[in-house]
Formats: sequence, C-alpha cells, structure tokens
Amino acid sequence: MSEDNDLILEVRHVSGGYRPNSLFGRSKAYKEVLHDVDFVVRNGEILGLVGESGTGKSTLAKIILGLMEPEEGEVIHHSPRPQIIFQDPYSSLNPAYTVEWSIEEPLRIYGKYDAAERKRRVREMLERVELPEEVLKAKPDELSGGQRQRVSIAAALIRRPRFLIADEPVSALDVTIQAQILRLLRELREELDLSYLFISHDLNVVYQLCDRVLVMKRGRIVEQGSVEEVFNHPREDYTKRLLAAAE
Amino acid sequence: MKNKKINGYLLAGIIITAFLLLLTVYGAIHTPYSPTAYTGMKFEAPSAAHLFGTDKLGRDIFSRVLKGMGTTLSVALITVIIGAVVGTAVGAVTGYFGGLVDDTLMRINDALTAFPSILMALLVISLLGPERKSSLILALGIVFIPSFARVTRTAFASLRDVNYITSARLMGAGNGRILLLHLLPNTGRVLLPALTIGFNNAVLAEASMSFLRITPLETSLGYMLSEAQGMLATAPWYALSTGLVIALLVFGVGLIGEGLQQRNKEA
Repeated sequence: MSEDNDLILEVRHVSGGYRPNSLFGRSKAYKEVLHDVDFVVRNGEILGLVGESGTGKSTLAKIILGLMEPEEGEVIHHSPRPQIIFQDPYSSLNPAYTVEWSIEEPLRIYGKYDAAERKRRVREMLERVELPEEVLKAKPDELSGGQRQRVSIAAALIRRPRFLIADEPVSALDVTIQAQILRLLRELREELDLSYLFISHDLNVVYQLCDRVLVMKRGRIVEQGSVEEVFNHPREDYTKRLLAAAE
Repeated sequence: MKNKKINGYLLAGIIITAFLLLLTVYGAIHTPYSPTAYTGMKFEAPSAAHLFGTDKLGRDIFSRVLKGMGTTLSVALITVIIGAVVGTAVGAVTGYFGGLVDDTLMRINDALTAFPSILMALLVISLLGPERKSSLILALGIVFIPSFARVTRTAFASLRDVNYITSARLMGAGNGRILLLHLLPNTGRVLLPALTIGFNNAVLAEASMSFLRITPLETSLGYMLSEAQGMLATAPWYALSTGLVIALLVFGVGLIGEGLQQRNKEA
C-alpha cells in the first residue's frame, strides 16, 4: 500500500483565526488562533488532540470540516463526508424531531434510497449503537445524555463516513456512561473501518482510547507521538504539567 | 411532559376565543335578523327579542355584531398571515445568512418601523385605491411585516450555529432545507406568541381604520363603533356591545399569547 492510501486526513501548515466583521466588510482586527498546525490522521487510527481549553482545538475541528476557512495552509481529506460528534448531547439533536427522523435525515438528504431501505438502515445503525427500537419514536428531551450521544453517533455514521471528529464526546457524561460510549466508539472503529480525531482535555480518556496523540498549546502543536511515548516520556514541560494535573 | 402543559391563561384564552369563534361561524351561517334590515322599533333597549337592542334605523345590533365579527376577524386573520409569512421569510433570511443581506434588509425594516403605522397604511391604501377591501388587507399586512421580521430574525440568528444545524450542514443539507425543515419548527416558541400579539394588533388596526372610515367597509366592528358614536346618548348599548366584543376578542387572544409565553418559560 502506498503512503497516500494509508492517510485519511492531512492538515498542512494550517493557520487560522477570527476576523470579526465590521459594518463595511472584513475588519483588520485579525485574531490568530492556530499557528502552522501540521499533522496527518492515518487510516484506522484514533488520534488524540489534547490541550487546555481555549487553545484552539475546536477551531481546528471547524477548519478541518470546512466550516471555517484557514488563513494559510490546507486540509486534504482522503475520505468523503467527514462528520463530527459534539460534547453537548443536548444541542446536537434537533429538539423538534424524533430520533428516527434525526438518524434518517442524512439518508433523505442523500436521496438514493427508498423509504423501506432507509428504515432498514436506520434500524441496523440503531442496533450498532446499542439502542432499543423504542427510542425511535422519542424526542430528544425524553432521552438521557448517554442515549442522546448514541443517537448523535448513529446519525453521524449512517452514511458510512470513514473519518469522524469527536469533540469532547464524553466530557458531559457520567463516568460509567463515559466508559460505555468509549467502548462503543472503539467497537465502531473496527466494525465500520473508521478513523477518529478525538479531542479531549481529559488525558485519562485519551490514554484509554487513542493510538497517537497531539499536544496543543496556544494554537501550536508542541508535541506528538504514540500515546505510550508521549504519556510515559513527555519531552515538553507543558505536556508534563498537563499529565501532572490529570493525576 | 412539562412543556405540553396547559396553564390557566391558555385555558381561559382558548375558552373565550373558541366561544367568540363559534359565534362568528354561527353568524356567518345564520343571524336572528338581517343585519341591514329594519326589524322593529328604533332605539330599542336590549331585550329577549333583541339581545343587544336596535339602532336608529331599527336594525338588530346583535345580528350586526355577529356580521361585524366575521368581517373584522377575516381581515385580521389574512392581514396577520401576510405579515407573518413575509416577515418570517425576511427574518429567516437575514438571521440565517447575516452579513450584507442582513444589514440592508434590517435597515429598511428599521425605516418602516420608524414610520407611524396608521400613516403607512394610509399611504398604501391611497396607492392601491381606497374602494377595495383588499387594499386595507394588503396595507395592514405590509404594516405588520417589520415586527414579525424582527422577532423571527433573532430566533433564526440564535439557532444558526447550534450543533444540530452544523451537523445538518455537514450532512449536505442545503440552505433551503435547513431553513424550512431544521430551523423553522424550532422558532415556534417565539412565532406563536408573536402571532397572537400580531392578531390583536390587526383586530385593533382594522377597527381603527374603519372607525376613521378610511375604507368603506361592509359591517365591521370598527365601522359599527363609529356609527355607535353618533347614538351614544340614545342607544348606549350599541357602543357598549360592540366595544365589549372587540375587548373580549383581544383579551382572549392576549391570554393565549400570555399562556404560551408562560409555558415557554416553564419548559
């Protein structure tokens, strides 16, 4: 297999930030959040992204997903339709609709399957995220946080993307529910041939789940390597401090 | 579920409004007397035969009120639908897209709001020709657009970057689909109370316009109120019954609006 086939995502020298709009077009007050961020996600791996809050992790996610333009550099996807799971399970599902509607919607947008095939795929995905069929008719406000997160995962995966960004997907959940969702994400990676960029400030969670890890400080990647390498032999003081804080 | 609860305001409002609506429907099918025919003595006080008495031409006021409610309600309803549909469309586009579209449309909106609404309506009516009922409806409809645009713009703007909308965008949903299918159903909590307020304003606006005899309408509540003004000493029940019906109508719908807002707060 060639080197390129092995990559699912390339982030090349990306810098980016915010330019608040003034009344007449773009203002000059540019606030740079990311500085020359450069990394790859390999096929099938779970890449962790750690760092304190406000360090630019979510901005990076937005740029990767094309929700924001980078000022410099480029993002190259080697798989179609990357998806995201958010931290807050209460704002990631449309409160006006049932679970069934939310999971089926991506297929309706795709438009290639008839109603029966869509229903079949929704039920299959529901089984994969280990939810009972009764939840299909429920509205999001009738579900627990963990159930909602499972529904979000089902909706994100129903069109079989190969790459998923998980932006603090368990940090709003109870510890026992956290463990269940992490196990589910690990299983789904195997079953559906997925790669993740797993954003977290919780180093214990990253240690459990990830293969490699990026350490981000004020918009720069200061250290990267395998989880064992970085966590057991951190080179940067910043990483050491993060690790000390996690213990 | 908590947000499906019916509170006291809502219940009282629905009962009052439903009662008046039933009366209006009844009036459209059948009135005790013809609302325009001479039926007996003039200036008769309310009695079993004439619930609200008769006016100076001996017409039955109860029958006229039934007829007038039909006119007023239908004008108010169509007016508010025009205002709500166009206003929501403007609010959706400006709130969702933001930027230059937003700035331009909302400044026009501000300019319209700054104009006294009666004056605005007069202007439109004089442009369209004052002889037709449709001119009044259109004029009032246009007057109601800015308030709906403002309310819905805020709702759409506050939801456009919420996570489930971001997800929909990533799934490839187009802007039209996001606006209509993903966002619109979630603006109900601001749109419904705004509709009740708009409806009440429309009832009052129709009443003032025909009270001022700006358009030669058939029997409407406002027109009757202006008729009643001339008979205040001889037939006070005319002004009283007409005014009371307007007040009750506005009160009932106002209660529904208040009830909806209370329910939103609880939820």
